[in-house]
Amino acid sequence: MRILIIEDDADTADYLAKGLRESGHLVQLAANGKEGLFLALEEDFETMVVDRMLPGLDGLALIRSLRAAGKKTPALILSALGEVDDRVEGLRAGGDDYLVKPFAFAELLARLDALLRRSDSEITAQTALKVGDLEMDLLTRVVRRAGRQIDLQPREFRLLEYLLRHSGQVVTRTMLLENVWDYNFDPQTNVIDVHISRLRSKIDKDFNRPLLHTVRGAGYVIRAEA
Amino acid sequence: MQKPRLFHSSTFRLAVLYMALFSTSVLLLLGFIYWSTAGYMVRQTDATIEAEVVGLAERYDRTGLPGLTALISERMAREPGSPILYLLADRNFQPLLGNLDHWPKGNEPKTGWLSFRLEDDRHPAGKGHPARARLFNLEGGFLLLVGRDVNELEKIQQLIASTLVWGLAITVVLALLGGTMISRRFLRRIESINDTCRDIIYGDLSRRIPVRSADDDFDQLAGNLNNMLDQIEALMAGVRQVSDNIAHDLRTPLARLRNRLEALREQVTEEGPRELLDQAAAEADGLLATFKALLRIGQIESGSRRAGFTEIDLAALLQDVTELYEPLADEKGQHIELELAASEPIRGDRDLLFQAFANLLDNAIKYTPENGRIRIELTGTQVSVADNGPGIPEEARDKVFQRFYRLEQCRTTPGNGLGLSLVAAVSNLHNARIRLEDNEPGVRVILNFSEQNG
Repeated sequence: MRILIIEDDADTADYLAKGLRESGHLVQLAANGKEGLFLALEEDFETMVVDRMLPGLDGLALIRSLRAAGKKTPALILSALGEVDDRVEGLRAGGDDYLVKPFAFAELLARLDALLRRSDSEITAQTALKVGDLEMDLLTRVVRRAGRQIDLQPREFRLLEYLLRHSGQVVTRTMLLENVWDYNFDPQTNVIDVHISRLRSKIDKDFNRPLLHTVRGAGYVIRAEA
Repeated sequence: MQKPRLFHSSTFRLAVLYMALFSTSVLLLLGFIYWSTAGYMVRQTDATIEAEVVGLAERYDRTGLPGLTALISERMAREPGSPILYLLADRNFQPLLGNLDHWPKGNEPKTGWLSFRLEDDRHPAGKGHPARARLFNLEGGFLLLVGRDVNELEKIQQLIASTLVWGLAITVVLALLGGTMISRRFLRRIESINDTCRDIIYGDLSRRIPVRSADDDFDQLAGNLNNMLDQIEALMAGVRQVSDNIAHDLRTPLARLRNRLEALREQVTEEGPRELLDQAAAEADGLLATFKALLRIGQIESGSRRAGFTEIDLAALLQDVTELYEPLADEKGQHIELELAASEPIRGDRDLLFQAFANLLDNAIKYTPENGRIRIELTGTQVSVADNGPGIPEEARDKVFQRFYRLEQCRTTPGNGLGLSLVAAVSNLHNARIRLEDNEPGVRVILNFSEQNG
């Protein structure tokens, strides 16, 4: 898939481009805001990574202009500031996700994947989610694996729902905190891991093939094949 | 926002001072008016009596007693209703002639002025008109009293006095009103300076004190304060720039280092080097986390996040934190009790409050032994998190909020000594009071948000 990176710091830009190319994406670089806006308007990218502080035209103004021109390319904003109000400001300007530097590459990759999928899945309103023999009915809120009903706490249900909506994709711990718990904060301990292991004991324990996998150094993924 | 109480306000004090000065001036003025009107009338009366006495005395000198009595009789006959009083008496105060029945009781001096009450048939005892008279000793032992019924005079004096008292009362009221108005006018400008200062204290550094075009002392004060604020803002922007630079210049290469270690680990197949690389990556992670926490505390302390405060339901927030940490406590066999007595909404930053309570709960879980009990209580706007762990010695209770401070017995547990510093920073940001108590055993951390809006 084609990704546009608008980043003035050459080191960061190279690092991103290299990593994304290794993951099989096509990458185009822009070193300043004007060039970035021009590229984003002229060509079709599936997603874009925009640094917030850019020479010429800053990241937020760029996204605002892009949205005003009717371009809906999902944008992930990179920022060195990391304040919550900045985050809100970034999302209000038309950004789709917000990541504070420095970040682990796996975090960025997971978020970009989520952005791409979101643009697909938002179109169809789903009533059921399915991975392998695990089924979730969003209307009756019943979860079954191999026909057997599984009782989940409300938060476990939301956790599983988020994982299923991003099935096959890596989701990071911070993504889970932001989307399942709806808080943007820094846990000192891996509290999320404990919630995952609880969920795992309910959906995977009595079955031969596990669905919920840990991705070392990144996060978790739910998928049918091992 | 704290408004000064009436009696402590400068408005009140200035108004009272103004009133006191003004009233004293008016009191002096009115005293003078009284002296020159009512006093004048008394002096006129005295002068008339004096002249009469002198006239009568001269007559006596020239014509003796018969001439004097004739003159007195003539005077009395000419004006029967006259307020002038005459009395001629012998040395034993026995009246010989006059329009007074008897010598005024209790007044037996030989000479000079005297005041008394007229008590006769027309004026019953106790209700007699006041009178004023001059005594004169005639040669031959006779006493001559010439006086005047001063009833009318006293009435007029009283009228003048009461008018002046009312005048004074009106003056006091007017002075108080005027004083209040004038001091309000001045103090309103001080209040506007105070309001701006409060906004700035609450983190809105862009606020400036309004300057009028009058260019008076207040405008100069406002101008000076504004210049000072400009300078402070510039300095703070500089500091922020430096910390952003630290973030950029140190954290970014650190993150790159970490990612390269990760990449290298993927290429190494031998178990020994892999483990070393894992450890190196973990060290880098720890450093990054410490940097992040330090910068975060700095950002919180700058107060700029107050601008984004919203209404917070503490009960819901505490339920969420508890729910997030419950499985962690379960793993250690600990029990978290959550008691939400009464909840009042506060204004705050949802994410930061969550972070603060999460840090407290995380500490409680970390330091409480297996099967420990953790209790979270909410009453009104006070939150307490208590555990029955080893506790914090009294002498260390102030220090635990300092950055990088760690208790001796905790050095082996993972952590960077910034958790409670962050809690304290969040607490300060919300104008909350934080204190540590002995939970016997264990520690109880109490956050009180009640003074937030006071």
